[in-house]
Amino acid sequence: MKTVEEIKAAIEAAVPGAGVEFVPNPSLSAQHSLRLAPESAVAVATFLRDDAELTLDFLSNVSGVDWPDKEVAEKVKVTRTVTKTVDGPDGQKVDQQVEETVEETRKHVEPGCLEAVYHLYSVSKKHGPLVIRLRTANRTDQIELPSLTPVWRAAEFQEREVFDLYGIVFAGHPDLRRILMWPEFKDHPMRKDYVEPDDFEYEPTAHDEVLKRAQEHKDSEQGTGIRDQEAAAK
Amino acid sequence: MTVVDTKAEKVAGWNRPPVIEPDGEGELLEVAMGPHHPSTHGVFRMDVALDGERVIRLKPVFGYLHRNHEKIAEGASYLASMPYTDRLDYFCSLTNNWAYALAVEKLVGQQVPERAEYIRVILAELTRIQNHASSIGFLIQEMGASGTPLMYAFREREKILDLFESLTGSRMMCNYMRFGGCRVDVSAPWLDATRKVVAGLPAFVDEFEALLSSNEILMARCQGVGILRPDLAVNAGVSGPMLRASGVNYDIRKVDHYGIYDRFQFRIPLGDHGDIYDRYMVRVLEMRESIKILEQALKELPAGPIMDPKAKIRGFRPKPGEAYGRIEAPKGELGFYLISDGGPNPYRYRVRPPSLINLTILEDMCLGHNVADVVLIFGSVDIVLGEVDR
Repeated sequence: MKTVEEIKAAIEAAVPGAGVEFVPNPSLSAQHSLRLAPESAVAVATFLRDDAELTLDFLSNVSGVDWPDKEVAEKVKVTRTVTKTVDGPDGQKVDQQVEETVEETRKHVEPGCLEAVYHLYSVSKKHGPLVIRLRTANRTDQIELPSLTPVWRAAEFQEREVFDLYGIVFAGHPDLRRILMWPEFKDHPMRKDYVEPDDFEYEPTAHDEVLKRAQEHKDSEQGTGIRDQEAAAK
Repeated sequence: MTVVDTKAEKVAGWNRPPVIEPDGEGELLEVAMGPHHPSTHGVFRMDVALDGERVIRLKPVFGYLHRNHEKIAEGASYLASMPYTDRLDYFCSLTNNWAYALAVEKLVGQQVPERAEYIRVILAELTRIQNHASSIGFLIQEMGASGTPLMYAFREREKILDLFESLTGSRMMCNYMRFGGCRVDVSAPWLDATRKVVAGLPAFVDEFEALLSSNEILMARCQGVGILRPDLAVNAGVSGPMLRASGVNYDIRKVDHYGIYDRFQFRIPLGDHGDIYDRYMVRVLEMRESIKILEQALKELPAGPIMDPKAKIRGFRPKPGEAYGRIEAPKGELGFYLISDGGPNPYRYRVRPPSLINLTILEDMCLGHNVADVVLIFGSVDIVLGEVDR
């Protein structure tokens, strides 16, 4: 099989303006991947499937990955002018302007995203894997990605699963519903910031510590437990 | 009950199952098959719309056994997930172990000693035989042959499970493989017992085939039912015996050259029609090929260590990166996708479940057939709900 860089060149030649980015994999598996721009993803996927040399006709695996917002602390050297009191030549205290270099820690938040990773193989040519990845703009409101189910039917249930557990909305999926959680469930359990519901169903008459914890959680809960939903249904 | 939608959404280019218009004037009968139905092999539901006996629409409903295996594994160390992989496909815990070990070994670049590779092959092929035998047993059971073939299969499975028990301490939840080798070495008496069991297997397959392969009822119920076209099978990511019964020559043991499968002589049985009978036949023939692999592996098993001495066990922290490792499990392609961020736990741990993905085309295979055939078509996919719902 061609190397990932060669495949990237082939995609760029076949699909103009594809916006493909090479993502190196530093681990020893050396399975490097290509990040596609969501706008051209379906065109690129169709090319990968139909190209005579690649024929990546077998979509093996679709998985979601959550990359939460990350607070990054950097150390920056800052030079500033400071007034210092020093001993003068005749024994008096004199104020003097001194330049000083200080290390400062600056924090900034790198916005997170949700990612869908596809592993492609070729059944007819018996090669693979090629890893392609799609990223959403953020984790809250722009969570739409194009569905690759029209290209590979194998994505049908797997994209439903990613939608269910990560909350990525696959535009163009013919039947996007929850698959593992029940339909009334809110939230997406595989996200890193998911808080497990705390509705103490195992304790029919909560008392002592359990009661205390239940009351603490009553307001902060996300309303995802079975009891909450039963109450909401009534 | 969820209302089954009878109007298929037509998406351009998407391979939707054909829409069947009902003949009669009456209303469609909507039936929920399952979740507690003897034919569903666990808790699984099919919402079926029927026109008389004919299936017009079928929607599988999953999740009754969902426990978010992947989330639990993200909160545990790499090794701590090994026993939990046993519970995915609880018929084939050793192949699950192997797939997970292989993915982690790819991630950290771990080598496996030769003896351990041989032991892995022996255990994986024993697992394949007992899985195929019991899956055929269940399939025939669903055809109405109460007991006999299933008991024949379970008699043989019992012998193999006894071997697993004496080696790993557990019949089904073996938790045997480690990153860079295996947990305990096989002893000479265990090998003798295994040779004895393997020597008896060809007679068992002969007997099984004499009982079933040309059985009139089996042929009448299976031939031409639940046909899966090869192009659809590949496009829908179907793998394992299901894919090969449709005539697609794709066996990961031959394609990926993982482990030491290159050293053994074996063939890949393929089907012609892609119906239930071909799936049955491919499984029977695969058992015969597995016996061949077992005979060769047991003959050539070298001496040596079973664990790479350089394998790191304490403080196991792979470098940042990711790896996808897959094997030919008895049910299809079982893969693990791992992302490491340098910590002791995987950042992302994904199981590629063959059972779930093989069910993608369940509706396509069932449309137009009778309800009784749905049970058979579903049985011929060979799934385990522990892996479907994870």
